[in-house]
Amino acid sequence: MKIDVSHAKKIIQRYRKKKGILIPLLQDIQAIYGYVPEETVGLISKELSIYPVDIYGVTTFYTQFHLMPQGKHTIKVCQGTACHVMGGKGILNCISDKLGIKDGETTEDGRFSLERVACLGCCGMAPVVVVDEDFHGNCNFQKIDYLLNQYKSKKEES
Amino acid sequence: MKKLSNPKELEKLRKTIQNRRDPNKPVVTICGGTGCQASGCEHIIETFKKEIIKQSLQEKIDVRITGCHGFCEKGPLVVIYPSKIFYPMVKSKDVSRIISETVVNNKVIEELLYVDPSSGERITYEDDIPFYKKQTRTIFGSNGKIDPKNIEDYIAISGYSALEKVLPSMKPQDVIDEVKKSGLRGRGGGGFRTGQKWESCSKAKGKQKYIICNADEGDPGAYMDRSILEGNSHSVIEGMILGAFAIDSNHGYIYVRAEYPLAVKHFSIALNQARKLGLLGKNILNSGFDFDIKIYQGGGAFVCGESSALIQSIEGNVGEPRAKHIHATERGLWDCPTVINNVETWANIPLIINKGAKWYASIGTEKSKGTKIFSLVGKINNTGLVEVPMGMTIKEIVFDIGGGIPNDKEFKAIQTGGPSGGCIPRSLMDMPIDFDELKRAGSMMGSGGMIVMDEDTCMVDVARYFMEFNLDESCGKCSSCREGNARMLEILEDICVGKGNENSIPLLEELSEYIKETSLCGLGKTAPNPVLTTLKYFKDEYLSHIQKKECPAKVCKPLIFYEINSEDCTGCGMCAKKCPVNAITGEKKKPHTIDKDICTKCGTCIATCKFNAIQVKTGEKK
Ligand SMILES: Cc1cc2nc3c(=O)[nH]c(=O)nc-3n(C[C@H](O)[C@H](O)[C@H](O)COP(=O)(O)O)c2cc1C
Ligand code: FES
Repeated sequence: MKIDVSHAKKIIQRYRKKKGILIPLLQDIQAIYGYVPEETVGLISKELSIYPVDIYGVTTFYTQFHLMPQGKHTIKVCQGTACHVMGGKGILNCISDKLGIKDGETTEDGRFSLERVACLGCCGMAPVVVVDEDFHGNCNFQKIDYLLNQYKSKKEES
Repeated sequence: MKKLSNPKELEKLRKTIQNRRDPNKPVVTICGGTGCQASGCEHIIETFKKEIIKQSLQEKIDVRITGCHGFCEKGPLVVIYPSKIFYPMVKSKDVSRIISETVVNNKVIEELLYVDPSSGERITYEDDIPFYKKQTRTIFGSNGKIDPKNIEDYIAISGYSALEKVLPSMKPQDVIDEVKKSGLRGRGGGGFRTGQKWESCSKAKGKQKYIICNADEGDPGAYMDRSILEGNSHSVIEGMILGAFAIDSNHGYIYVRAEYPLAVKHFSIALNQARKLGLLGKNILNSGFDFDIKIYQGGGAFVCGESSALIQSIEGNVGEPRAKHIHATERGLWDCPTVINNVETWANIPLIINKGAKWYASIGTEKSKGTKIFSLVGKINNTGLVEVPMGMTIKEIVFDIGGGIPNDKEFKAIQTGGPSGGCIPRSLMDMPIDFDELKRAGSMMGSGGMIVMDEDTCMVDVARYFMEFNLDESCGKCSSCREGNARMLEILEDICVGKGNENSIPLLEELSEYIKETSLCGLGKTAPNPVLTTLKYFKDEYLSHIQKKECPAKVCKPLIFYEINSEDCTGCGMCAKKCPVNAITGEKKKPHTIDKDICTKCGTCIATCKFNAIQVKTGEKK
């Protein structure tokens, strides 16, 4: 799949001649494309004289960055301490089984990406699952069923 | 909003706002924090707004969306002012009654009140609820009173009055002295003395100096920084302005976790409002002092909460910590003298200036002053954020405020200090909590996470969990941390699957010592703590796993099995229907059985069974 790099070019222009820009720059790129496409890495490297290895160093160090396109919905399952104690691992396994993917992967139909995260700052409602921007607290197996179905049908509507 | 050109105008603005507000006008405050959003507060807010219009009461009632009140478990929370009548878990069908009966006629709706689980009593006012009663909410209390998106609310409750006091009449050194005298210690984990840190930065040579607010909040199980930022960003901004004034810095940064979008949003709104009023920017209140703050969003790496890694990250690099022989106060961001403090530390500063160091130092223990916000979570009846004076005992927090352990289970331990901390057993329940006591017990304060564990929590599994976390988050720079933690995790995993042997524990102890001694930053230096404290206080659990191949808490899957109690099983067949691997069989209306060789112990049947007939057992399968 070819991507349109003109957006990336515009973003890069904004960051020219400033120091310490790599992370915010990559954040902006990801906000447009949903991930950091390979083509943009080459572009940043050429335009701002940063070695690709340094760019990949940053993208792979920070969990926020993705090098592959993500699913339509991102499911984040908290594996923080409070959620762990309240059964967060079971929730992750349950979702993973139901979608047939492991964390860090995307379903074949491109519908869901699954991520594990350490504490979403909602520990009072452990175990916590976040789908896109929506928080769901006190999760259990039944709730997961309901949630997944809801987001599946959302897709069908649109 | 007009730019204020001197402290007097700020005072005048405060008076105007206060006079404009009728203290008797009913205000419906609804918590809009992330916790309450998860329980659907947005819908409740909409319903209140619509209902007020429907009843034509727009002129008579104000609605205020506040930040987190701390009692997230009972959200959405609604408090009616001025009476302070409190309704938890509000549903949209109750909204119209709450308005017509409580707000308009001041009548309490009994069945919507909070019921204290220990006494069964209904409680009318927020302040009388045991969860709040024993707290000292000097910092967090304002959250319930203000709309974080409206600077006027903060100003009305004496916000920015510390700045008003400092700019015309105090010298930078006076501010430093006041903070030193207060005894404030950093809330980010280590407990460094804030005044001393500022003083050394103030004395350091350098034209440009920086102020940083550390809002990376990576400790899993702690979320007080998020709630302060979401609910009262201005208190942090005011603290940072005062700090900048004290060390003569003109540039501030806040480093916020990318996972906290609402905090970022509220903080940037607050920054803009403060700029408009001239509380940030050039020549603040005509004092000749310039200061502004930039927001920097982190990329999601726990180690970036460590101060030198955080600086690396702002500089645009991979967040690897540096050796600490030169302090950030001398050479920090862009090699300039830098003060880094935690969100909660900053929020304490206006309070110290306003009420004085002497007042502040009167709260807390001999060496830990003031209050601390803890996130009381896990196996506890009342979960949420609690602010208590330093020195309160574990027992008071867990039982008096937290209401004890749910389902009549036994309290086993609390975990503090996040992945750098440790588990403190029930036997130390009377221990007062402060920086030094926690350290003595082998744990640490950390950012204030307090995860309660009961008899169903396996301490070996907890140690394994933290080791996995630390290994994941290790930046990989020091081989002792990168490789050592990996070996420790292997040993712990072996123990959890019943493959531990007599060498396991001595090896863990030996590795712990090496990793602690030879790692560069706080992550590696403290990574073995969860293992060491569980070994110290819960060795018998390790021994059960190793010698008897049993998991007493029935958590470690390879050491447990499921069985159906034939006396309780009614043969309804629900479990067999739900079992994802078809491990359950049986005739209708007759007790069913589980094939232990097929069973994956996923827990689906336990969640399904209405008769509690499925038992989890550990030890030899019969
Ligand atoms: C691995 C690691 C993670 C840390 N994470 C945080 C954090 O999330 N928030 C924080 O304020 N301090 C964190 N710290 C402590 C900081 O290094 C630093 O001591 C603190 O921000 C100083 O502020 P204070 O004096 O106000 O506590 C962390 C330290 C280490 C070693
Ligand atoms: S531990 Fe899961 S939200 Fe904090």
